[in-house]
Parts: sequence; C-alpha cells; structure tokens
Amino acid sequence: MNTSPTMKSSDPKHRDPVTGTRFTRLLGVVCLVGVAWLVVFGLFVTPADVNQGDSVRIMYAHVPGAWLAYLAFVVTAFSSAMYLWRRTRSLAWDRLAGASAEVGVLFMAISLVTGSLWGRITWGTFWTWDARLTTTAFLFITYVGYLAVRGLGGSHHQRARRSGVLALLAVLEIPLVHFSVELWNSLHQEASVAGNTDVTMDGLMLFTLFLGVVVFTLVYVWLVMHRQRALHLRDLVDETGLDRALEARRAEAVSS
Amino acid sequence: MIRVARAIAAKDLRVEWRSRVVTNQVLPFAALVMVLFAFALDDDGITERVAPGLVWLAVLFSLVILVSRSYAIETADGALDQLRSSGVEPVGIFLGKASALAAQLLILQAVLAGLAVVLYRASIDLEGLALFSSTALLATVGLSAVGTLYGGLAAGVRGRETLLPLLVLPVLAPVLIGATRCTESAFGVEGVDTSDGWPWLGLLAVFAVLFSVFGAFAYGPLIDE
Repeated sequence: MNTSPTMKSSDPKHRDPVTGTRFTRLLGVVCLVGVAWLVVFGLFVTPADVNQGDSVRIMYAHVPGAWLAYLAFVVTAFSSAMYLWRRTRSLAWDRLAGASAEVGVLFMAISLVTGSLWGRITWGTFWTWDARLTTTAFLFITYVGYLAVRGLGGSHHQRARRSGVLALLAVLEIPLVHFSVELWNSLHQEASVAGNTDVTMDGLMLFTLFLGVVVFTLVYVWLVMHRQRALHLRDLVDETGLDRALEARRAEAVSS
Repeated sequence: MIRVARAIAAKDLRVEWRSRVVTNQVLPFAALVMVLFAFALDDDGITERVAPGLVWLAVLFSLVILVSRSYAIETADGALDQLRSSGVEPVGIFLGKASALAAQLLILQAVLAGLAVVLYRASIDLEGLALFSSTALLATVGLSAVGTLYGGLAAGVRGRETLLPLLVLPVLAPVLIGATRCTESAFGVEGVDTSDGWPWLGLLAVFAVLFSVFGAFAYGPLIDE
C-alpha cells in the first residue's frame, strides 16, 4: 500500500487517477481464480453433510466471512490506535481504519445473512440469542455507526480523531456485550446451540473451509487496498478541489 | 480538576433548574413512554412481568434526550469552544457534565420506579429498595459516563440528534441487561428472589468503572480541536 495515487493538475497528458496498480491487478486475478476454485469445491466437489445435507455448503462462505469481519475490525482498531498514538500519527492509518471497517461491515453482513439462512434450515429458526450471534449483530451495528461518524464532515484530522476514539471504544464495548449476553443466556436459555464440539470434519471439507478463508482474505486485502486509495483520492479532492476551481476560473478570466 | 468539575456541574444543573426543561419535558416524556408501553402490551399481568425492563428502556430513551439537551446548551453559542480555549482541563469538563447528567438521571429513575409501582403494579420491599437504589447508582455512573462521552463526540456536528441514539444505545446494552435483571429481583417478578439480583451489580460496576476511566482519558482528544 505504499504507492499512493496522485493528481497532477495542468498536466497536458492528464489521465484520471485510478486506484489500480500492477500489484492490485495481479491480486485481483488471483482473487477471481480463487473464488472460482472455491465455488467449484464448495458447491460440487465436496460431499453433502450426513446430518445437514447440502446446507453445509453455506459454511464455506459463512465461516470465512465471519472470520474476515472480525479480522477487519481488529485492523480498524489497530490502525486507529496507531493514528491516535502521537508518534505514528498519519492520515494513512486513519484511511486504512476506514477502508477496513467498510469492508468489514460488508463481510459481516454476508456472514449474518448466510448464518441466519443456515440457521433456518438447520435449527429451524433465523435467529437465536446466542452470545456469539448477538455480539456479532452488535459489532455490525457499532461499525455502521462508526462509518456514519466518519461521514460527519469536518477536517480530516477531526474525522480521524473522532473515529479513532470510537473504534477504541468499540474494543471496550464488544467484550462487555458478549460477556453480559452470555450471563443473561446462562440464566434464561436452557439449551445452547453450539453443542456439537466433538464433530470430526472430512478432510476435503476442512480443506475447502481453509480455502475459503484464504480466498476471502485475499479479497479483503484487494478491496481494502482499493478503498484505501479511493479514500486518499477523496481527501485530495477535498484539499485541492477549491484551489483547482479557483485556478480554472482564473484561466477562464484570462482567456476571455 | 475537581473545582472545574464542580463548577461545570453546578452550571449545568442551574441551567436545568431555571429552564425547567427536565421537569417540564423529559420527565413527562418518560412517563408517556411508560403509559404507551402499557397500551402496547395490553395490561393483563404482562406489564407486571416486564415492568423492570420497561423502566430501564424508558431510562435509556430519556438519556438520549438528556444528552442532546446537555450538549445543546454547550454548542448553542459556541460555549464549548470557549470552554476549551480557556484552558480548562477536559477531564474536569467530562466529570462535571457527567455528574450533572447523573443527578438528572437519578431523579428520572426514582420517578420511573414510582410509576412502575403505580401503573404496572410492581411491588417492592425494603431489601428490594436497597437493591434498586444500588442498581440505580451504579447504572447511573455508567450511563452518564457513556452519555457524556458520545454526546461530546457528536457535539457541534450536523445531524447529531439522529446519530446519537445509534452510537449510544448499542454500547449501553450491558447496562440494560444488568439493571433489568437487578430490578426484576428488586420487584420480585415471577418469584425471582431478591438475593438473585446482587451478582448482577458486578456487571454494572465493571461497566461503570471501565467507561468512566476510558471516558476521562478519551474526552480530551475527542472535543479538542
């Protein structure tokens, strides 16, 4: 992520800035191949589960989605802390935090939707108040709020500081929510849903799950790189937009 | 720092006392919420069962209004900016605003508990009263810390009225769970013993301590601009 896009004004061979580089294009191709591989393995090559039947195939998207969502939010929290720490303060960290949160919300939506579909087939219900599910839903809402705060406006550093503190607050909030829901459940819910701990997984299925995690991780990196650059361009527009508009007006005045 | 906090808390409470916004608007709103709950739930024993949860939901909704109000008086004439530029310690501002909010919340909770007894036929004995008072105290610390912190985050920003609930309410879920369980014990709902409630105070205490400490540290960077 070291090559940052630049906008050169008054360049005779001016081209619109893009967020793609040779590396992200290569990565994009690898992602495409990986997704295709995952689809073939997940939908056709792997066998149906003895108990769950074909619905087990949802897992190949659901588990990597959830895993990536959590990873994305760890990245957001880490880069927010790096921004807030004075010695490493840079808007690049802030943009990485923002890009990662955006992609994280996307993955979390995927994993919540696929999870509740799977739950409907397997448990007969879209939703249960299991601690893990509830925490995930809260994480989702919290980061939707985080993205809303990022969009509030103000100076770039103002945005970065506000959202940085918010991301760290989420690190405080989420374990507390998890803990309290767990306490609440231990009193109010007799049967837990995740009771099958000694399930052994078929080697091919395990491999496909692993493949899913790898592919989703690559897609995550690819998306975050693009988003991060797009955010950088947007910041540049904010900074130079007025200057360029003035410049254009002046040029008009001179030529007429 | 303590002096600053006391001055700010006194200022906030004096503004509230003179403007009567809390007594004339927020308390009636909270009472209205309680009445509307009763309409929605069609009173036949259900309200008695869910009274503790409704009390705390009404507290959370009112908290959002109180926080908005608390920062409306700060941002109206750029008062917060002047406060910041006068070199006052942010920790003092945080503690002051949180204490003023806490005082208002305690009054609100007392009124709502009374309403629960009147409207929802909740009953409470002496030990229950002790449990409810402790719950209210600990929950209030957490609520006012979180409210002040997120209110400061959204202060002076367009659209903060709509954003504040989205930010604050998810964070307060542990308080809602803990305080409701405590209050269920205090009201003796469905044979829940009063002594069952005390362990839940631990959750409220942890929440209160964590967010007060973090809030005191984070408040400065948040409002500093």
